Amino acid sequence: MLEVRALTKRFGGLVAVNDVSLDVPAGSITGLIGPNGAGKTTLFTLISGFETPTTGTVRFEGADITTLPAFRRARLGIARTFQIVQPFAGLSVAENIAVGAHLRHRSRGEAIRAAEAVAERVGLTQSLETPAASLTIAGRKRLELARALATEPKLLLLDEVLAGLNPSEIRDMLPVMRAIAASGVTILMVEHVMQAVMSLCDYIHVLAQGKHIAEGKPEEIARNSSVVEAYLGRGAASRLTGGTLNG
Amino acid sequence: MIALRTLCPLLVVAGLALIPAFTSANTTLNFLVFALIVALSAQGWNILAGYGGQFSFGHAAFFGLGAYGTALAQARFGINPWVAFAAGIGLAALAGTVIGYLSFRAGLRGSYFTLVTLAFAEVFRILFNAASFTGGAAGVLVKLDVRPENFQFASRSVFYWVVLGIVALVLLLTMRLERSRFGAWLIAIRENEAAAKALGVDVLMVKLQAIALSAAITGAAGGLYVQYFLYLDANIGFGPWISVETLMAAIIGGAGTALGPVLGALALHGLGQLTKGIAGGTPGIDLVLFGALLILAVAFMRDGIIGRLRRLLVWGRR
Ligand SMILES: Nc1ncnc2c1ncn2[C@@H]1O[C@H](COP(=O)(O)OP(=O)(O)OP(=O)(O)O)[C@@H](O)[C@H]1O
Ligand SMILES: [Mg+2]
Repeated sequence: MLEVRALTKRFGGLVAVNDVSLDVPAGSITGLIGPNGAGKTTLFTLISGFETPTTGTVRFEGADITTLPAFRRARLGIARTFQIVQPFAGLSVAENIAVGAHLRHRSRGEAIRAAEAVAERVGLTQSLETPAASLTIAGRKRLELARALATEPKLLLLDEVLAGLNPSEIRDMLPVMRAIAASGVTILMVEHVMQAVMSLCDYIHVLAQGKHIAEGKPEEIARNSSVVEAYLGRGAASRLTGGTLNG
Repeated sequence: MIALRTLCPLLVVAGLALIPAFTSANTTLNFLVFALIVALSAQGWNILAGYGGQFSFGHAAFFGLGAYGTALAQARFGINPWVAFAAGIGLAALAGTVIGYLSFRAGLRGSYFTLVTLAFAEVFRILFNAASFTGGAAGVLVKLDVRPENFQFASRSVFYWVVLGIVALVLLLTMRLERSRFGAWLIAIRENEAAAKALGVDVLMVKLQAIALSAAITGAAGGLYVQYFLYLDANIGFGPWISVETLMAAIIGGAGTALGPVLGALALHGLGQLTKGIAGGTPGIDLVLFGALLILAVAFMRDGIIGRLRRLLVWGRR
């Protein structure tokens, strides 16, 4: 569904994404992990069209979308959430989600109904009339997810939707994400919460300092010594004998 | 609340429409026509700035083009005044689109956009003040020829009703916009442009449509002005006074609300009239008052008169 080929993004002297290639097959939940500053969010901005890459290509359902503006990619079916949440602060939760729903529904009535249905799926029904500005962190993360979902995407890019949540809030979110995937939406997710990545993802890619350093099934990644070293520093893998990763 | 939303504008318009039945004093009607012209101009500004968050300080550009378009089409080309009025509106909308394209395309936002609009208005003022085609510093006169088909009426009340009709029409349009997809997208851009983009909003296109509509409405206000006073020069058409009054009326009344600009313009001019009575002809006193009002409005009435009223209503229900 999504093919990223030799993607590079430079910010002045800094190479934030360095020659990264990866595929996201339709119907999968694919994970993207890596230490802070690895270039995960930057890769998302390239896939969603908020930045154009220095070199390399992005293909979606076979079509080259490398230079397509962000709103066109959204219309094609690529939705993203923001790591730093970006609510429409002055609007209610329902109105926030309705903006996303308007992409596929012209009439306000239909958009509001679609928004309510999405709110149900992510567990925001109780807060539909709440101003977005007064939501808790967990609520805001749900709102990010709901808005993106309301655009009825084929591919959903989730940038750390679990960050800042407490363990019980995370436990509540996992079934929501599984249900979204089960409804036929392909997911590419950046996440630091390892237990979530390990339990949700079919396949994982690892970035470190802009480079793609490993990929594989969750259990392969957990055993991969270069991944452990990327997180914990050189030599860490040999010190940890068979230890599992803990984000 | 939904009933109130439609009832309030209806009551305001009906109340205004009845005024000529009680008084035919020229000063009262002059005052009302002028206040409503400012209201219309503010309604235009409100679309772009109140709903779209693109804060223009140069709506004089559109007011002036609407006015000059209306005046010159008659005076230079002998075109029927009603058609000339439409041409003035079209000219303003065109200018809005071009200015919008240049600045939004370049990614100008916030105070940069504000400054550019101010600059455009000033450039127009200087150009129209110098060019002989526009009448230069002497300005243009619209020939007095009182016939309805000429957009000139024997009775001031009739002109007042025409202006009120247009204000009511724009009020209706704004209320429809609030409940439309275009309106939702426009407000989304005001609240968070990046998020809007991510949700598939064509930000440039929505902004362009908003500025074209906004400019057309403010242009209509300019056209009505010249059709009422039958005289225009560059300092009237493009002067900073109209940019200031336009945004003051909208902010004091409640930017981003349908009825706000109308209430704001009436309040502003009501107070202006009052101080004139008290302070007499002291030059600049109205500007001092406007400045003080703006500070008070921003400090104590975040959502203008409308916001105040809404809060009072909610409070009263508890
Ligand atoms: N617009 C930008 N201009 C300059 N440098 C940037 C820009 N965006 C990101 N960077 C830099 O690129 C690098 C990668 O950042 P990025 O946000 O993609 O990392 P990340 O993997 O998402 O990290 P985190 O896990 O902390 O979210 C960082 O060094 C960052 O400072
Ligand atoms: Mg990041």
